[in-house]
Amino acid sequence: MIKCQNISKIYKNGESEFAALENISFEIENGELVAIVGHSGSGKSTLMHILGALDRPSAGDYFLDNQNIFGMSDDQLAKIRSQKIGFVFQSFNLLPRADVFRNVLLPLIYDPNTAKIDRFEKVKKSLIAVGLEKERWNYLANNLSGGQKQRVAIARALVNNPDIILADEPTGNLDSKTGEIVLNTFKKLNRETGHTVILITHEKYVAEHADRVIEIKDGKIIADFKNKVFSKDSILK
Amino acid sequence: MIFSDLIKETYLSLLSNKSRSFLTILGIVIGIASVIVMISIGHGASKNIEENIQSLGTNLLVVMPGSQSGPGNIVRGGMGSSSTLTIQDAEYIKEQILNINNVAPEVSTRKQIIFKQNNTNTSVYGVNIEYQAIKKIEMESGTFLKNEQITKFSKVAVLGSQIRDDLFGENIQVIGQKIKIDKQEFTIIGVTKTKGGTGMGSLDDRIYVPISTAQHYLTGGDSISAINLEVSKEELMEQVQNEVTGLLLVRHKIKNNQPDFSIINQADIMDTMSSISDTLTLLLGSIAGISLLVGGIGIMNMMLTIVAERTKEIGLRKSLGARNKEINSQFLSESIALTFFGGIIGIILGYLVAVVIGKFSQTATVITLSSIILAFSVSAIIGIIFGYYPARRAAKLNPIDALRYE
Repeated sequence: MIKCQNISKIYKNGESEFAALENISFEIENGELVAIVGHSGSGKSTLMHILGALDRPSAGDYFLDNQNIFGMSDDQLAKIRSQKIGFVFQSFNLLPRADVFRNVLLPLIYDPNTAKIDRFEKVKKSLIAVGLEKERWNYLANNLSGGQKQRVAIARALVNNPDIILADEPTGNLDSKTGEIVLNTFKKLNRETGHTVILITHEKYVAEHADRVIEIKDGKIIADFKNKVFSKDSILK
Repeated sequence: MIFSDLIKETYLSLLSNKSRSFLTILGIVIGIASVIVMISIGHGASKNIEENIQSLGTNLLVVMPGSQSGPGNIVRGGMGSSSTLTIQDAEYIKEQILNINNVAPEVSTRKQIIFKQNNTNTSVYGVNIEYQAIKKIEMESGTFLKNEQITKFSKVAVLGSQIRDDLFGENIQVIGQKIKIDKQEFTIIGVTKTKGGTGMGSLDDRIYVPISTAQHYLTGGDSISAINLEVSKEELMEQVQNEVTGLLLVRHKIKNNQPDFSIINQADIMDTMSSISDTLTLLLGSIAGISLLVGGIGIMNMMLTIVAERTKEIGLRKSLGARNKEINSQFLSESIALTFFGGIIGIILGYLVAVVIGKFSQTATVITLSSIILAFSVSAIIGIIFGYYPARRAAKLNPIDALRYE
């Protein structure tokens, strides 16, 4: 469970200060499918970094399963990322010269809790879960299409069975048809295996796949609503 | 991160840029190989010098006429130029002092040697029979001088192999032939075995005649050029040197402590020579060390480039749960792997080059285990030192900045 209380993130650039996030509070229950939406510069990426334990808030508390992220060391944050969070990026971020299998395996080599003999099964399981054809498992990442790359990236995010999958503009580099396939994959993971999925996006059709939409503007939450009831001034209208 | 993963990641990463890895390794290979070659040349030189000195005899003291330099004694004659030593001094030393195996006085002079149309100018040594034992002279043919030839002032000569080659040609039987030394006819009774060594002191470029004959016909007078003493044990050399000094001071009635002779101790020469060759080895080694340093900087350069190039990948790995320590060890292990393989290849190459140099040139080379261990540990240390900074830089990257990096 995610619980944010009065989170602020302030960037200092010499004398001037810039607040990317101001006093944000919200909760996300386990098993939700949430979209965090906003224009670029709204602070949604900053929020994602904090939710993903890549960054610490300047002020406020962020509880992840009742653990406060604020004040954790780099190593403790790395452990949180390793065990509780799976990332999916807009530009896939696969190792281009490694094959699909090695790419999906990557998080496991940084996780001391996974025994070497269990790796193969885990990788296989998550590749099956994202529906990537078996004959492509030994392809080099470079030789895959965009949709396939993103599914490999989702498999990589899944491999350590994290509670939360954080996807940052997961369809940004895909055409609408393959984007649809990728979004359905997220939906399937949420429905069938109960993963909490958080989609960060600025696109309406991505948000429409979510059960709940949190809209951010100028570092503040301007709307938080469920079941596609959009507010009047929403960018989603 | 377990060790086998570290190895595999390192392997994949170095393999993904083969040509750059190769060039970086090449820098280390050249550095290590030159360290090994240079040190082997240095060691070869000292071994050569040592052998040359040993070939002059072991536990040798040489008494020479002429004073040692001392306070208040500014003007100094050339060594061997004075005529203060006599054959009687040598006999007296032999009688009075213990722990001396052999005493061999010598008279030397340069003369023109003639055989028919051929002639050469070389050193003629007047010696006694003990000289053979002291200098360990072995015969190729014929015999060395005999006692009766010395007492009878016989005009016989033993040739160094080089002289034989110069006057007669190689491998020609010369025993019984007559040569002219300073217009006097001498009969050849033997030829010494080639001893090697080059330059003025070569034992192959000499003629030996009885010391009595030399004094009588060639130099005239009683004076001798040196007395060679072979001490029975190495530990006694200093003691014997002091005893001989004391004995001769009294015998020559010298009271002002400025002797008219000097004694050269072979051990002293050896020490001086080995300190010279140690300096040589150090010099050669440090020249090679510079190229090793350059190789190390090459590694650092490459690792920094790699860190910059793979910034985004580092961000990704961190987002997947890699700790700073793990990123650090990954990059460190890449640079250590480079120097490790560079080191091994460099040792093999250096070894081969040293062997080839030793075989096909005048320069002797001696490869020691210690130089190999030295070169190898230096390369490993270079990997750690020059890999440390880039690896640290990679580990300290902020994951967000790294992920955003284009």
